[in-house]
Amino acid sequence: MPQRVAVTGIGVICAIGNTREEFARSLRDGRCGIGEITLADVSGFRFRNGAEVRGYLPEQHFDAKQIDIIDRFAQFAAIAAREAVADSGVVWTDELRERCVIVTGACVGGQTTEDQGFWDVYKLGKTRVHPMTIPRTMANAGASYISMELELPGPAWTVSTACSSSNHAIGQAFRMVRAGDADIALAGGSEATFSFGILKAWEAMRVVSGETCRPFSKDRTGMILGEGGAMLVLEPLDRAVARGANIYCEIVGAGMSADAHHITQPTVEGPVRAMRMALKDAGVAAESIDYINAHGTGTEANDPTETAAIHEVFGAHAGRLAVSSTKSMHGHTLGAAGAIEAAATALAMRDGFLPPTANYRVADPRCDLDVVPNESRTANIRWAMSNSFAFGGLNAVLVLSRLP
Amino acid sequence: MSASVTEQVLDVIAATQRIPREKLTLDGRFEEFGMDSMDAVNILFALEEKFDITIPDEAAKQIRNIREMVEGVQKLVDAKAGEPQAAESGQAAQ
Repeated sequence: MPQRVAVTGIGVICAIGNTREEFARSLRDGRCGIGEITLADVSGFRFRNGAEVRGYLPEQHFDAKQIDIIDRFAQFAAIAAREAVADSGVVWTDELRERCVIVTGACVGGQTTEDQGFWDVYKLGKTRVHPMTIPRTMANAGASYISMELELPGPAWTVSTACSSSNHAIGQAFRMVRAGDADIALAGGSEATFSFGILKAWEAMRVVSGETCRPFSKDRTGMILGEGGAMLVLEPLDRAVARGANIYCEIVGAGMSADAHHITQPTVEGPVRAMRMALKDAGVAAESIDYINAHGTGTEANDPTETAAIHEVFGAHAGRLAVSSTKSMHGHTLGAAGAIEAAATALAMRDGFLPPTANYRVADPRCDLDVVPNESRTANIRWAMSNSFAFGGLNAVLVLSRLP
Repeated sequence: MSASVTEQVLDVIAATQRIPREKLTLDGRFEEFGMDSMDAVNILFALEEKFDITIPDEAAKQIRNIREMVEGVQKLVDAKAGEPQAAESGQAAQ
């Protein structure tokens, strides 16, 4: 019999909060974490702003020897996992450890480490790179490090579907717990994007804003890159209730689709299929959804397309539900986006507010939704959806439900 | 517009888009050749490389056809050619 799946722990580190509760406060306050990029020299770039994790000192979280072997992106995964597990209050047994699945999402992975190594050999003419370049770079380093540190020997893997990575990761973990294939899951993702070579590649795409991220605003000028990580603890609802766990919400549905169209240009139909599949999987009517945490990148390509897809799926109800892009505050964290935004949605459900779309200035008739401009609003969210639509046309959508 | 800049821009578009050079005309719109925004980004990159110029995003967004692209490149090429002179006159003023 399928299990209902509860979210019992959340860990977050990103530009608007180095802890879950700081993140929740920032969402409610509509605090934008976008500022000048300090982690790479972007002088002469078309853009200068990003959403960096501020005040982050690795030595406060890891010993020196660990820092040598763990790239910043995997550090974020481990930090988020620690916080999520502590938050869940789960009591481990040997059996539960083996029945725990870890699924992480990463897009760039440890390319910052790789970039440094390539700089050394190509630019500085060095003859060797750091011997830990490969293990630091691999996209599964986050999942591996979580399994090692928390001593979890069950199934663990990493999904890489660009900006949808961690929504796919959470979706897979959700399905394993629902099916009874795992008794607990750690699912989410992390990213650390701020490296000269990676930023150069983003600059060449001409999709990064020269100022800030203004999703759904007519004067939007593109996306802003962000970094960070988020992890969720998922458990069968019955077990969570039985052990008296704090339950944020349930994950009730996951939908996926491929645009099968273009490597960078999104379609309306692909996201429509993913949203419909998620609703069907959840067994919930479109009219029940109160809030959508949008993909909402702030690019010309995404925002009108996502708006059209929401109209297609929700019909007249699209005019009643609230839709916001928290990327306006924590930036586009690529492989971590789905996880950070699922965490944002769960925390908004817990605390009873709609997170705003920050930096919003001008209404756009092609983005005619209630985007909760600039200020959060008190609201009881019973059902919510969180969208991730990736470059490559790979879409992943989650549906969350607060217990009545 | 200098003939050489025009010819070179057309060469770059033909080469990056794998379009026969003779099919391209100054008044051709990008859509006519099946080009989308990613094709445009590729062309802009190739033009920046070819002419050693930087094409700002805002200017790039205004371009609707090949003629406007040639005009834009010409302006940047001219500005680049004028740079050393401007520096010299600046020094003279001091």
